[in-house]
Amino acid sequence: MKKLIIALLVVLMAIAPIFAQPVTEAQTGSVYWLNFKPESDAVLQELAAAYTAETGVAVKVVTAASGTYQTTLTAEMDKEAAPTLFVVGNAAAVDTWGDYCYDLKGTAVANELTTDAYNLYDANGKLCSIGYCYECFGIIVNTDLLAKAGYKLSDIKNFATLKKVAEDIHARASKLGFDAFTSSGMDPSSSWRFSGHLGNIPLYYESVADGWTECPPTLKGTYLQNFKNLWDLYINNAAVAPNTLAVGGYDAEAEFGKQQAVFYQNGNWEYDALTTKYGLKDSQLAMIPFYCGVEGEEKAGLNCGTENCWAVNARAKEADIKATLDFMSWMVTSAKGTELLAKTFGAIPYKKAAAPANVFLAQANEYSAKGHYVMTWAFNYTPNVETWRAGVVSAMNQYDANQTDANWETVKTAFIQGWAAQYKAANN
Amino acid sequence: MKHRDSAASLSSTLIRRPIRHWGWLFVGPMLLAFCVGFLYPFFRGIYLSFCRFRTTSDAVFIGLGNYSRALTDPGFVHAFWYTALFAVVSLVIINLLAFAVAYFLTQGIKGSNLFRTVFFMPNLIGGIVLGYIWSMIFDGILSKYNTSILMKTEYGFWGLIILVCWQQVGYMMIIYIAGLQAVPTDMIEAANIDGASRWQTLIRITIPNVMPSITICTFLSLSNGFKLFDQNLALTAGQPYLFAADGSQIRTTEMLALNIYNTFYSQNSVSRGVAQAKAVIFFVLVASLGLIQLFATRRKEVQQ
Repeated sequence: MKKLIIALLVVLMAIAPIFAQPVTEAQTGSVYWLNFKPESDAVLQELAAAYTAETGVAVKVVTAASGTYQTTLTAEMDKEAAPTLFVVGNAAAVDTWGDYCYDLKGTAVANELTTDAYNLYDANGKLCSIGYCYECFGIIVNTDLLAKAGYKLSDIKNFATLKKVAEDIHARASKLGFDAFTSSGMDPSSSWRFSGHLGNIPLYYESVADGWTECPPTLKGTYLQNFKNLWDLYINNAAVAPNTLAVGGYDAEAEFGKQQAVFYQNGNWEYDALTTKYGLKDSQLAMIPFYCGVEGEEKAGLNCGTENCWAVNARAKEADIKATLDFMSWMVTSAKGTELLAKTFGAIPYKKAAAPANVFLAQANEYSAKGHYVMTWAFNYTPNVETWRAGVVSAMNQYDANQTDANWETVKTAFIQGWAAQYKAANN
Repeated sequence: MKHRDSAASLSSTLIRRPIRHWGWLFVGPMLLAFCVGFLYPFFRGIYLSFCRFRTTSDAVFIGLGNYSRALTDPGFVHAFWYTALFAVVSLVIINLLAFAVAYFLTQGIKGSNLFRTVFFMPNLIGGIVLGYIWSMIFDGILSKYNTSILMKTEYGFWGLIILVCWQQVGYMMIIYIAGLQAVPTDMIEAANIDGASRWQTLIRITIPNVMPSITICTFLSLSNGFKLFDQNLALTAGQPYLFAADGSQIRTTEMLALNIYNTFYSQNSVSRGVAQAKAVIFFVLVASLGLIQLFATRRKEVQQ
């Protein structure tokens, strides 16, 4: 019996430290932000430290490794100390995590927003998450190279003119020393630019035509031909052979940075790398809309939207929720907070936002000011988005290797029937 | 005589008493770790397969729905047959090659230690890295023929077979070498004196004597084949896909483990329970196959 007691005591001593918790934090509340942008980690750590230094409230920022946000979130949400601030960026995420979202309607931070465009609501109208930055993408142009090839930016007004310029540059590539488009690699490091971003063409135009307010159960695919127009232009007017795109392994950013191509489809987040890593100047850079042969596209603007939306964990302790909301409004109102957010995220949709130095975001605003329509991110409606995109990538790979009508039919199937199948899978 | 001595010393109270009294101190931590790290998650996992859940602590019991969805998923059914075929083919090829290499390297040829090391080395490289390396190698070759490993199911299948052979032959070889070296030389001598040919010696003496190694190696390569994940993910990630008439995907080179992973993470929360049900089915399958196989080969072993 005595032995048993000793044994139990030994075990108790061994596991006691696991349950011991610091008491102080529980009273004032603390913030735990699970961030999903690895490239922003350094700045966010700085932000957290600045807030702690100013207020004494502990802020922990943990960044999920690239591509592992969902797995990390799933694991972290199960813990006693779960994230209090996390990212719910699209309709599918609202479906999955909606129950965990604190209703942000009327909170101080939500009142600072300049627009409702980036906010996500659930079916009952609960404000699940609010945008904390917005981004734009389109076709980045090296205007210096364009001039060398004998063209001006204003020569490109629609798909026909873009096609003419691109095909001419590609034909003279060996003489000019650069090609029209950077490589369009379809490995996971780059395929999202096309299955996701370029895929916004058919989705956006259909969403406008049909007035989407939520994910439609089926897709018509009316504008898939326009998607094909631009895709064909990309892959047939670049330095790499289309049939090598599936395996990929190319570095399009470096190709553009080293001035080997005039056009590069990507977003404003590339600005930092292009200007600091590759030393391109603001005057060399421009971003043009996805010209793809849609009627009236001369009035198109850039694709603006976000998947960066803050949600507050409704299941966290009361004190932690309060601490998190305070931290959020500090970020979007204080000089230090807005400065650091602008530094890493570019543009933030808040009243006191610091002006971004980003050329591409400035151009997005210019297009809007000139009355061009913004191509909003309709792909945020995609059901089971990763599975759907993976299907599109696989079908596009077959098409790239052998550009036949039959193979394009498979891409259409992946788009249209794939959408219906994923909608069904996600909704019953 | 010696045998009885050791038995006597083990049963001596001087040894047995401390074992009886303090045994828990040695068994305890391991048992605790086993419970926390294996038993609890295992039973929790089985429970979750009957639930709808997002995080494991937030689950609603829904009964057998997940199982019926899992078994009617065409992607899962495809992954099952594809994995079964893969496991059988890889089992045969790996073991034939490993045994052949082990046999030649125990014939006293020059530099056999060097060869053993070289053959074993691929086993030290992680699966993801191997997948990407081989993807480059295959692509280097296939691009000459205007195609790539992602274009055809057959390429993906044989590519993965080549990859796992390259990785596992060395490991199985080590086990076979140990087995071959334990074959009693007097038996082989006796066979030689009786005029048995080399082939007869191999079939009648060597193979029956290395049956324990064959048991272990076939068991290992079969369960490795079923559990394969990293290499599958890095080499083809399931490409190319087929689309059924309703648009549902069949990832033609996706194996069971990858199918379960993809079901769990890349779809919404409804499918997490389904993925869990798939995982339970997967466990039952691998465990029962392993047991049957272990039982079948054990009977052929020679008792020395």
